Amino acid sequence: MLKKRVIPTLLWKDISLVKGISFDSWRRIGSIMPAIKVYNTRDVDELILLDITATLENRDPDYESLQEYSAECFVPLTVGGGLKTLDQVRSLLRSGADKVAINSAAYDRPAFISEAAKHFGSQCIVASIDVKYHKDGSHECFSQSGTHPTGKKPVDWCKELEQLGAGEILLTSIDRDGTMTGYDIELIHKVSEAVSIPLIASGGAGNPQHMLEALEQGGASAVAAASIFHFTEQTPAEMKQYLGNKGQPVRNINASTK
Amino acid sequence: MKALIIDYEMGNLGSVRRSFEECDAEVLISTDPHDLKLATHIVLPGVGAFAEGMEHLIRGGWIDPLRQAVLNDRIPTLGICLGMQLFADRGFEKGDTPGLGFIPGKVALLEPGNSDSRVPHIGWNEVDFVPNTPLFTKIPNKSDFYFVHSFHFIPENNNVIVGETPYCGNIVSAIQSENVFGVQFHPEKSSRAGFQLIRAFLEYNH
Repeated sequence: MLKKRVIPTLLWKDISLVKGISFDSWRRIGSIMPAIKVYNTRDVDELILLDITATLENRDPDYESLQEYSAECFVPLTVGGGLKTLDQVRSLLRSGADKVAINSAAYDRPAFISEAAKHFGSQCIVASIDVKYHKDGSHECFSQSGTHPTGKKPVDWCKELEQLGAGEILLTSIDRDGTMTGYDIELIHKVSEAVSIPLIASGGAGNPQHMLEALEQGGASAVAAASIFHFTEQTPAEMKQYLGNKGQPVRNINASTK
Repeated sequence: MKALIIDYEMGNLGSVRRSFEECDAEVLISTDPHDLKLATHIVLPGVGAFAEGMEHLIRGGWIDPLRQAVLNDRIPTLGICLGMQLFADRGFEKGDTPGLGFIPGKVALLEPGNSDSRVPHIGWNEVDFVPNTPLFTKIPNKSDFYFVHSFHFIPENNNVIVGETPYCGNIVSAIQSENVFGVQFHPEKSSRAGFQLIRAFLEYNH
């Protein structure tokens, strides 16, 4: 049976590892490399590495650093931030990324998703979307690290992204990000019902119950989290143990060989 | 022991190289088909689409030298993900494309059928393997490996199947025909079980 994944997210600003609240108030919390080594040693299911200022600063991904990171990472690595050309995607995949996350560029030019899927296969194209909740109860997608309203509704946009050839959706709630108050379950549920590609829920995890909700009620295929691992003593392995005890299929690393 | 990783511009060569080095192999990443003569083991990795993969192999001049090395010289060869799929006769990703034809079969899109499986198949899933298969030496049956694919290999003869995975019904996740091995999952991204599979491949003697 396909296992539900627990995925630490590493946010990368300059060469630092950072974490904010609702895409703001960034705190420097260390360096990327030691974090990757620790997660690799702990045998996490997968890692997401996002360069959060590449789009705003209109620059290329840092391929050299990525090569160093991926050399120490024997679990799957999704890399995003600032991607807008096929050459950039090719270079990232060559530098050790297993999947690439595309966000802002998809709004500017949706055909970029279909071109990337055509060249590299849908399976490595992750469409990343950042969503804000409005007081009237509606949700809206934001681009440029959450700074720019797009007018797109998450359900419609995700269906469109699936049509274009995206292989996976990384769905982040800007409001919940960094708050550790729980995922936006309603949002996750709406999107997972609307698409038939895997959905990674992101934004708001504070404890393992939150993850269970995102998987059980939300219908997510995976749960991503950052603050919970950076600012609390809880580990991905403990999360998975809890989820396993609650009947969710999780990877049992002890069953694999030493 | 020299493992030659074929560089045909399809995918995560860096990860494959590191994992083989981690298993004490001397690794050569090559764009030159002449290098096949130096290899004790050949690896055809691959992330991407079938048609583009074949196009790149043809453009790189790999087809005949690879056929010679694999089918005549019988050098142990491992295809990973798209690499395994290219061993088939035909692929149906973006039209109908002839493959390398090392293992009779075709490559088709995953169909969820009556299952609630989502496509692409992404994540950790178990491999139920045939007992005493060289590739799975010292690996507990039904260990999880990392998958990320939309297409799958449908072999003509069931006797090449050495591993299956419950998804979209059931898919073929590992094949072997003498010195030719293929895995649909990514051993280079499958942590400890992946390392052990790579070691088993490197220890295979024909």
